[in-house]
Amino acid sequence: MLYREAGDFKTTYAKDQQTFPIAFDRRGYFLTLIIAFLVVPFLVNDYWLNAILLPFLIYSIAAMGLNILTGYCGQVSLGSGGFMAVGAYASYKLMTSFPDLNMIIVVLLSGGITALVGGLFGLPSLRIKGFYLAVVTLAAQFFLVWLFNKVPWFYNYSASGQISAPEREILGYAVTGANVLPWVSYLFCLSFVFVLAWGARNLTRGANGRKWMAIRDMDIAAEIIGVDPLKTKLTAFAVSSFYIGVAGALLFSVYLGAVEVGEAFGISKSFLILFMVIIGGLGSIFGSFAGAAFMVLMPVLLKNIMVGQFGWAIDLAAHFEFVIVGGLIVFFLIVEPHGFAQLWSIAKEKLRLWPFPH
Amino acid sequence: MKLTKIAAVLAVTTLVATPAMADLVFPSLSYRTGPYGANGIPFADGYSDYFTLVNERDNGIGGEKAKVVECETGYNTEKGVECYESTKSMGALVYQPLSTGITYQLIPKVTADGIPLHSMGYGRTSAANGKVFSNIFNYPANYWNGASIAINHILKENGGDVKGKKITLLYHNSAYGKEPIRTLEELSKKHGFKLTLIPVDHPGQEQKSQWLQIRREKPDNVIMWGWGVMNQVAIQEASNIRYPMDKFIGIWWSGSENDVIPAGDAAHGYKALGMHAVGSDFPVFDDIKKYVVDAGKAAGAGDQVGTVLYNRGMYAAMLAVEAVKTAQALHNTKAITPAMMRDGMEALDITDAKMAALGMAGFGPSFKVTCENHGGPGLGMVTQWDAKAKKWNQISEYGPSDATVINALIAEDSAAFAKENKIEERCN
Repeated sequence: MLYREAGDFKTTYAKDQQTFPIAFDRRGYFLTLIIAFLVVPFLVNDYWLNAILLPFLIYSIAAMGLNILTGYCGQVSLGSGGFMAVGAYASYKLMTSFPDLNMIIVVLLSGGITALVGGLFGLPSLRIKGFYLAVVTLAAQFFLVWLFNKVPWFYNYSASGQISAPEREILGYAVTGANVLPWVSYLFCLSFVFVLAWGARNLTRGANGRKWMAIRDMDIAAEIIGVDPLKTKLTAFAVSSFYIGVAGALLFSVYLGAVEVGEAFGISKSFLILFMVIIGGLGSIFGSFAGAAFMVLMPVLLKNIMVGQFGWAIDLAAHFEFVIVGGLIVFFLIVEPHGFAQLWSIAKEKLRLWPFPH
Repeated sequence: MKLTKIAAVLAVTTLVATPAMADLVFPSLSYRTGPYGANGIPFADGYSDYFTLVNERDNGIGGEKAKVVECETGYNTEKGVECYESTKSMGALVYQPLSTGITYQLIPKVTADGIPLHSMGYGRTSAANGKVFSNIFNYPANYWNGASIAINHILKENGGDVKGKKITLLYHNSAYGKEPIRTLEELSKKHGFKLTLIPVDHPGQEQKSQWLQIRREKPDNVIMWGWGVMNQVAIQEASNIRYPMDKFIGIWWSGSENDVIPAGDAAHGYKALGMHAVGSDFPVFDDIKKYVVDAGKAAGAGDQVGTVLYNRGMYAAMLAVEAVKTAQALHNTKAITPAMMRDGMEALDITDAKMAALGMAGFGPSFKVTCENHGGPGLGMVTQWDAKAKKWNQISEYGPSDATVINALIAEDSAAFAKENKIEERCN
């Protein structure tokens, strides 16, 4: 009844091709933006920020990055953790070498450096694909973690090998370090998420995105119709790594404040992001958000219910958390292999007919 | 739609989860799961049981009940942040995360929030400099003391001369394992031994290549900075290559029953450092049995009483309780705030008489914390595993560490931290 196309007339091509062609969707999108930018900053406290919102926003960026590579261009990557580490260490080196550099530029440059590294590790994708490419990205993961552990220059020769983010300000407000106000770091990350999501959406529905999808669907056919595999695969690797690098820089500088490469950017992080993408939905921007929300919120929610409400022992709750989250992943993959994004679009299809399905 | 629902449920549960703020709250960022669980469980049990004992026997601390809020971190820094944020609003008095990684993360946060942090025998060693680290304490001993005490023990065994000897450090490849490297390097220059560094990656289940290297190089001594499953595997591998166990010394985190029992008789003679007594031959354990275990109030399975790490958890809790008492006397109020707790920790004076009154005479050294020195005296001793009797024996007296080397390093590292974070020195 509410959700329908009928009566929503488009008089120009631009209107016909907009991201949210249905008025209800569009209003929902703007409402979400207004709430996220104008309401949440007034409500957010330390717990909500650090336990829920920041990890959700940052992992959304990482999931979007991997989704561009795996979901849109079809190149499997297990190196996301390593690329996040590149972003984090790049931002650390930039922050400590150029103390006056604006944090926004630091984060963007970190993304750029990661894009270069990602492009480098993307070169083998021209020769190999599928499982073999997954193994190469796995090698990138282990190589990068080893590198950041081995070469003391990356952690400024600190005794413990940890990197810690010094305090940096934008317009007089601290965005990194311990004295940061919750709403500042929230808005800082949210702005990145907004701009990057907007960029990803428009990249993927433009010429570049169509090339990526052509390569994903059948690379030989794509080459025959004039898609250059070299350029296409490398841009996918570069853009994807840029997103993942930005996520790594934010994870280190804004969220955690201090990281240790083996622990924060290990292979488990690569799998976490891959799960987000698979559960959220391959080849969907909305899916990246849904997957990140699921993987970040589910453990916190389960913990609060089991320990906070039922008063269970924490080790029992922690083990149950593995069982339930794992079970849910299996359940969703069986019931809906295309992830939350597909569930969402089925729900929308049903809503269009509601309340009179034939 | 789904997200808003989840958020709504989440909002309700987080609101309900916040308890009343009347008690003295001690968060326990523990880990009872994962590859470090075997070491995390006894510590968490000991920490929790001592507070239960104080509540049951003494009716709380100065009449005010203690409440332990446990939060599972799994030795993972991201979960550690979540635990910190969810417990700090409950009025948490002191954090003891039992993880060097989480400690590094919390140092700026607790300082900004005005909550003290006690990393007993772990964490950032240079936090011993109270002039720079106002809210961080690591008494009674730290990693660099440990490294020096291990070398002192080797020196003693070799009649004071280790020139040209080969000593290998086998370490967990993380902030924790890397901490002693600087000190050992300085000591190797001073005493003329040859130091080899061999890292083991998290979690440390696979150490074949590391031990192959040790077999090839035949070092005179191996020092280990391991934690969790890495300890058991290392001791097993050492016995596989028939490395003499009495030449193999672990830091105090690599010397619990859980680490040596899996290797069976082969672990006989393995040494580990200690900063407090081993065994359960103290009157306080009778009280724990009477008021906690027999009353069915023990944390966890209740089967860890008297093990090395249980004792350490209990010792940490005891020091926290004594700091609360000091703070209560100092500020003349029972319901203390985290800021008062910090003052109490800074004025903490552990005397032999106090320990005896607590039923823990000789359990740990006496020491005094000051504004400048948050690290205590840095005393330690050596224990050795007796596989036949299945118990640890103390084989040396509490000895000092090489203060000249360590103090210079602490001053250097804390000055770098102060400069990076623009901290003014206190205590002047």
